[in-house]
Amino acid sequence: MSHPSTTPVKRRELFNSRNVFILAAIGSAVGLGNIWRFPYVAYTHGGGAFLIPYLIALLSAGIPLLFLDYALGHRYRSAPPLALRRVGRKWTEALGWWQVLVCFVIAVYYAAILAWASMYFIFSFTEAWGDDPAGFLMGEFLQVAETPHVGFDFVPQVAVPMLLVWVITLVVIGLGVKRGISRANVVMIPLLLVMFLILVVRAVTLPGAVDGLNAFFTPNWASLADPAVWAAAYGQIFFSLSVGFGIMITYSSYLRRRTNLTGSGLVVGFANSSFELLAGIGVFAVLGFMAMSSGSEINDVAAGGIGLAFIAFPSIVSSTSAGPLIGALFFASLVFAGFTSMISIVEVVTSAIQDKLGLSRVASTLVVGLPMAIASMLLLSTTTGLYFLDITDEFVNKFGILLGAFAMVVVIAWVLRKLPLLQRHLDRVSSVKFGKLWLALVGVVVPIVLGGVLVSEVIKHINNPYGGYPLGMLGVFGWGMAGSLIVGAILLALTPWRRSTKQVVDEDALDAKYEEIMQK
Amino acid sequence: MTGTAMTMMIISMLTLWGGLAAAILHLRQTPERVVDEGDE
Repeated sequence: MSHPSTTPVKRRELFNSRNVFILAAIGSAVGLGNIWRFPYVAYTHGGGAFLIPYLIALLSAGIPLLFLDYALGHRYRSAPPLALRRVGRKWTEALGWWQVLVCFVIAVYYAAILAWASMYFIFSFTEAWGDDPAGFLMGEFLQVAETPHVGFDFVPQVAVPMLLVWVITLVVIGLGVKRGISRANVVMIPLLLVMFLILVVRAVTLPGAVDGLNAFFTPNWASLADPAVWAAAYGQIFFSLSVGFGIMITYSSYLRRRTNLTGSGLVVGFANSSFELLAGIGVFAVLGFMAMSSGSEINDVAAGGIGLAFIAFPSIVSSTSAGPLIGALFFASLVFAGFTSMISIVEVVTSAIQDKLGLSRVASTLVVGLPMAIASMLLLSTTTGLYFLDITDEFVNKFGILLGAFAMVVVIAWVLRKLPLLQRHLDRVSSVKFGKLWLALVGVVVPIVLGGVLVSEVIKHINNPYGGYPLGMLGVFGWGMAGSLIVGAILLALTPWRRSTKQVVDEDALDAKYEEIMQK
Repeated sequence: MTGTAMTMMIISMLTLWGGLAAAILHLRQTPERVVDEGDE
């Protein structure tokens, strides 16, 4: 059944080629988390032994979930709300909007981190932080308010680069899939790889690097008996691969119908993990040098997240003649990895609005981009922006991405029972056919693992309120924000589609169409 | 580097980078073919 068309249906934009899609998907997956999260998570969860649960998580959950996203986007050729509407019913559209709103929230704070990294790239040449990188970050640069609250005291050195980040992102998105997103990734991903390789080669030749690598790779086999280590491995894979929150659905909707989905997905999945391993080697080689220089243990200098990037690395830059080069390469890598991810996150929202309202590419970019940029500037370029970022990042990851992905998998697998249809779709167009193994992994393993990680996170957050923040702030920007995403998703699903949009597809006709194309 | 750390590093590299190389080689065996897809 389909609704009668009142206006000509526009052809969906397409990536220039399969290789460009792969580059864009790698660009989305390889982000800040690969560089500043994976090395520390691996080090604190068994070192070399972490590889085992990590690899099992990649193969048993990460890649199968990636294929689910690909199958949805590719078969239904739309952003998450319409794809989930077409695979299910009217109410399943809300699951898609949930993913879109998660992307909205992430983009709002992601722009701030990109702005910081851009400024630190410049600071690397002047060592602007002097001999106190921590004091410089919190004081002179971010001017963080002494107590957590919501304020609107703007910090110009954060606001200006943030504005630039938004302008560049929206220009790329506004140019479209071929001229904007494709070109940006074709330039940035090879550059990122070259810069990071130079950084790693330089890092492993530093004195003390061997100690860092020993710390990173020495296995703690006993850790394999700890469920927290397995949860960390699955968590790392979910967050790192950009699965379950709309990005891969959106990107795969820009693929030609005759595209090898699983073959491409395996390249993306292994490329993402390969980059994480490279990051682990580079980061721990540098931390080994830092420990040796300061006469401390690796354990004392090892850090992740903002502490690694904006405190540990500046210290290293200041302690060697090669520092400015290491700093520039590191922060440029952060900027490039972050930009390609930021583009993919904003594209999810833009594409969803374009589907829903039938706007042009430029119009939908502005309708989406301006509110996002304004919210981002208002909340993040202030003296209280760091508090907002910290709370929002924690809650949107745990109770936005994880919960949303869990809901999508359970609904598709067990409520709609559409996994066999999607499995046949994947197998029809792909070279590597996983058949019933994929059904078992997505239908059983992924929900169990996601559910287990979610339950443990809920218990953890209830027993220990996150970060010691006031309960009011956690209530509004943590639990409140996470809950409002669900409410907002339901409301958006209730708004009408433009009349020419096919909300329901004839699955048999679609199967026949794909069969015909594959026979050509 | 210690023997154990070196061994784990080599295994990690072979598994992940080897996996990537194998995936790329496999994909190259199925080159992209653009066909007329008809109407939307």
